[in-house]
Amino acid sequence: MAYAIEMLGITKVFPGIIANDNITLRVQENEIHAILGENGAGKSTLMSVLFGLYTPEEGKILLRGKEVHIKDPNHATALGIGMVHQHFKLIHNYTVTENIILGNEPRDRLGNIDLKTAQKEVERLSNMYRLEVDPQAVIEDITVGMQQRVEILKILYRKADILIFDEPTAVLTPQEIDELMAILARLKAEGKTIILITHKLREIKQVASRCTILRRGKVIDTVEVDKTSESEMAAMMVGRAVQFQIKKAEAHPGPVVLSLQDLSVKNSRGSSAVDNFSLDVRKGEIVGIAGVDGNGQSELIEAIVGLRHVESGRILLNGQDVTSKSIAERIRMGVGNVPEDRQKHGLVLDFRLDENLILKTYAKPPFCSRRGLLNFGAIRQNSQRLIETFDIRAARGPETKAREMSGGNQQKAVIAREIDLSPELLLISQPTRGLDVGAIEYIHSRIIAERDKGRAILLVSFELDEIMNLCDRIAAISKGEAVGIVDAKQADEREIGAMMAGLRSLHTSEFGGKATSPANPS
Amino acid sequence: MKHTKEPAHRGKTDKLDSLLANDNAVSVIVVLLGLLFGTLLIILVGKNPSGMYSAMLQTLTGLDIERGTWNARYIGEWLTASLPLILCGLSFGFAARTGLFNIGAEGQYIAGLTAAQFVALYFPPIPILHWVVALIAAAIAGALFGGLVGWLKARFEVSEVVATIMLNYIAFFLSRWATMQIPGSNTYKTPSFPASAMLTSNVLQSLTNDSRLNIGFWVTILCCILYWFIIEKTKLGFELRATGYNKEAARCSGIKVTSRISISMILAGIFAGLAGAIVALGSFSYGRVLAGLDNYGFNGIAAALVGNNTGLGTFLAGLLFGMLASAQPLMQSRQIPKEITWIISGLVVVLISLRAGAKLFLAWRAKNKVRMRMEIQTASGASSSEDSLNSGNGGQKHNG
Repeated sequence: MAYAIEMLGITKVFPGIIANDNITLRVQENEIHAILGENGAGKSTLMSVLFGLYTPEEGKILLRGKEVHIKDPNHATALGIGMVHQHFKLIHNYTVTENIILGNEPRDRLGNIDLKTAQKEVERLSNMYRLEVDPQAVIEDITVGMQQRVEILKILYRKADILIFDEPTAVLTPQEIDELMAILARLKAEGKTIILITHKLREIKQVASRCTILRRGKVIDTVEVDKTSESEMAAMMVGRAVQFQIKKAEAHPGPVVLSLQDLSVKNSRGSSAVDNFSLDVRKGEIVGIAGVDGNGQSELIEAIVGLRHVESGRILLNGQDVTSKSIAERIRMGVGNVPEDRQKHGLVLDFRLDENLILKTYAKPPFCSRRGLLNFGAIRQNSQRLIETFDIRAARGPETKAREMSGGNQQKAVIAREIDLSPELLLISQPTRGLDVGAIEYIHSRIIAERDKGRAILLVSFELDEIMNLCDRIAAISKGEAVGIVDAKQADEREIGAMMAGLRSLHTSEFGGKATSPANPS
Repeated sequence: MKHTKEPAHRGKTDKLDSLLANDNAVSVIVVLLGLLFGTLLIILVGKNPSGMYSAMLQTLTGLDIERGTWNARYIGEWLTASLPLILCGLSFGFAARTGLFNIGAEGQYIAGLTAAQFVALYFPPIPILHWVVALIAAAIAGALFGGLVGWLKARFEVSEVVATIMLNYIAFFLSRWATMQIPGSNTYKTPSFPASAMLTSNVLQSLTNDSRLNIGFWVTILCCILYWFIIEKTKLGFELRATGYNKEAARCSGIKVTSRISISMILAGIFAGLAGAIVALGSFSYGRVLAGLDNYGFNGIAAALVGNNTGLGTFLAGLLFGMLASAQPLMQSRQIPKEITWIISGLVVVLISLRAGAKLFLAWRAKNKVRMRMEIQTASGASSSEDSLNSGNGGQKHNG
């Protein structure tokens, strides 16, 4: 079989790390070829090399047997290579057609943009691959799944026959993922070659014919997907056998710790982000908030922490109204928070590890005397204790700047600090984003251990698997509204997916502050 | 880690890395480069650069090697000229540590200077108490000017850069107008101060052969220590530094960021205000109606930049810029154009941006090092590349 793309001996080095170490990838004509690897394995780097964003230090690229030197993305486009990026590159107040033709506009005889012809072409392509995109819709009015299809149309419009998808399902609901898989199959049927970057095994099983597995910048193997089991691929990706299910005991929920009552919050642009949201979190349970990125989760957490003004509604902590209390007061009352963006909100990157570990307790003894002097001995001891208990790896111990630590260890540091506050309520957002499997397993087990100690935990994650695995109850959020809440044991991925898309489910329990849920055994 | 197969010159390259990664070392390199350029420039205009160095030596030690004489007064004058630079440097540095760009030390300096002059002329001439009150008044005036900027920034998000530049002018013209209202003032000076208001120190004067070195010297050293102490050792300093590095994370941790910004500007204003008092009551015996800016506030920025916003660093950098300024007349007497010192200080400030260059250079070297290690590994085929990957920090940024 002929190869569409051959990347031979590609090496790409970044300061301090070899992102791609002598990688060879051969993609056959008209196949769906998956590239599997953990975060940081070098998948995106490899594809950026192919798309002309990076120049490799070594190696060559053959396009249908002929060597090419891809200078930049425009060159890649001209060669028929298109890429659907993880974060869409669309202009929000432009129509679908305008976005698609941007940079490549058809002109009439007078030199004006010929929108009519363009629209016809977009419509033709959309029908051909059954993408069901309205060429005249404005981007900000259409769903994320639709926006992704606009991205696909954009590269089809540029006549790409080799399509790269970079983690395309990260932002989609389960239903949208199914639709995308069908689209990929149709693209293949029409003769396109597809490279699918992902770390989700199920998707590979579903559509790909072959899969190349990367680990720490190296190729581990290229396998035939139908002859390889999911667990075999997972083991190759991680380098050891992986547990899929998290072991956890039955939850024993106690009294309500956090009670959100008809909470409404605006986002930074001043429009409604959280709308009449009510939810209870009890002692000793993990409540998950399932939802697609950007549906009000961040604003909700910010409101609970005290970073964002509450428009209406109340936040009760152990029965006490904290809606207008300051951030510091809420921390003192026992609100711990592992923020979504650890580098922006969780850590002071230019501070040393020991300083970061007292970021919320620096004002209290033993770290600070009554006269306002810092006690460096106590600060150091505290950091050594946490480094040991939480297995934080830092090159120079307590003196290591947070900036110099790996993402996994930065996250461990934040989690260590927040758990060590022994808060009544622990808010956790996206705890494992960008981490490798080892760190993920560790952090998951820590979260469950905290639950078993009797903490109330509210978990926000865009990974439905993570929510399903960790949580005792799952609330779905869509456009800032609570759509439903289900017991995790009876939860069905499809059902939650439908709720994430905004459809209320019949099986959900009554919503609201005072309602008891099926998760409560009492 | 297996480092046995590293190339032999690795030790040397590591030393260069750690040298360039050290901000203090970069500052020293920059100063040396500045002097080197100055030297070359003097040669270029056909003069003998040794004149510049003998002038500098005389400023620093009082030793005139051309005539073989020694006069300690040069040392005293050098230190006197450095004091306001150091204090204004502390002012800039203190705000910078909280993430603010205090370009208004000049205005805060003028506020302090004016307040000190008024106290000197109107407060009853009680020994010691007189100048102590003058210093306190100057500190308060500086604090008001700085604090106003901090309050505007914290309350209304007014850019501190714009606010301080505007306040510099307000301070300047306000000072001129107010000082001219004093009975007996003309367009450039007020009546003389009573002796009790002066910062004269007999000990320092006798040590430096009747130079103008004064009590301000001790005040400045005290300020440097205080600066270091607040920033490094106190809860307040921790909050200020956290705010300066990452305002968002500081806010999330319960630090009241807006009040910290105000406090930081108040303290910055105090340092600059004291600089004003020390110049007014240390170097002059009468109040001045300012004809132009003294520029200590702006040159203080340079001192803070070269001193990496630390107490000791700013002290040393202030001494350096003070030396360059006081060496000028001596250089002129040796037929060296005095402008050369301004060129050197200008170059030093420009070259400080080398720090960013040094970081780029280090990143490039780090990249090469990984490659080199990789090649060695492929050559030997022995150790696995996972070791080298483990040792690389922050690699995850580049992926995903």
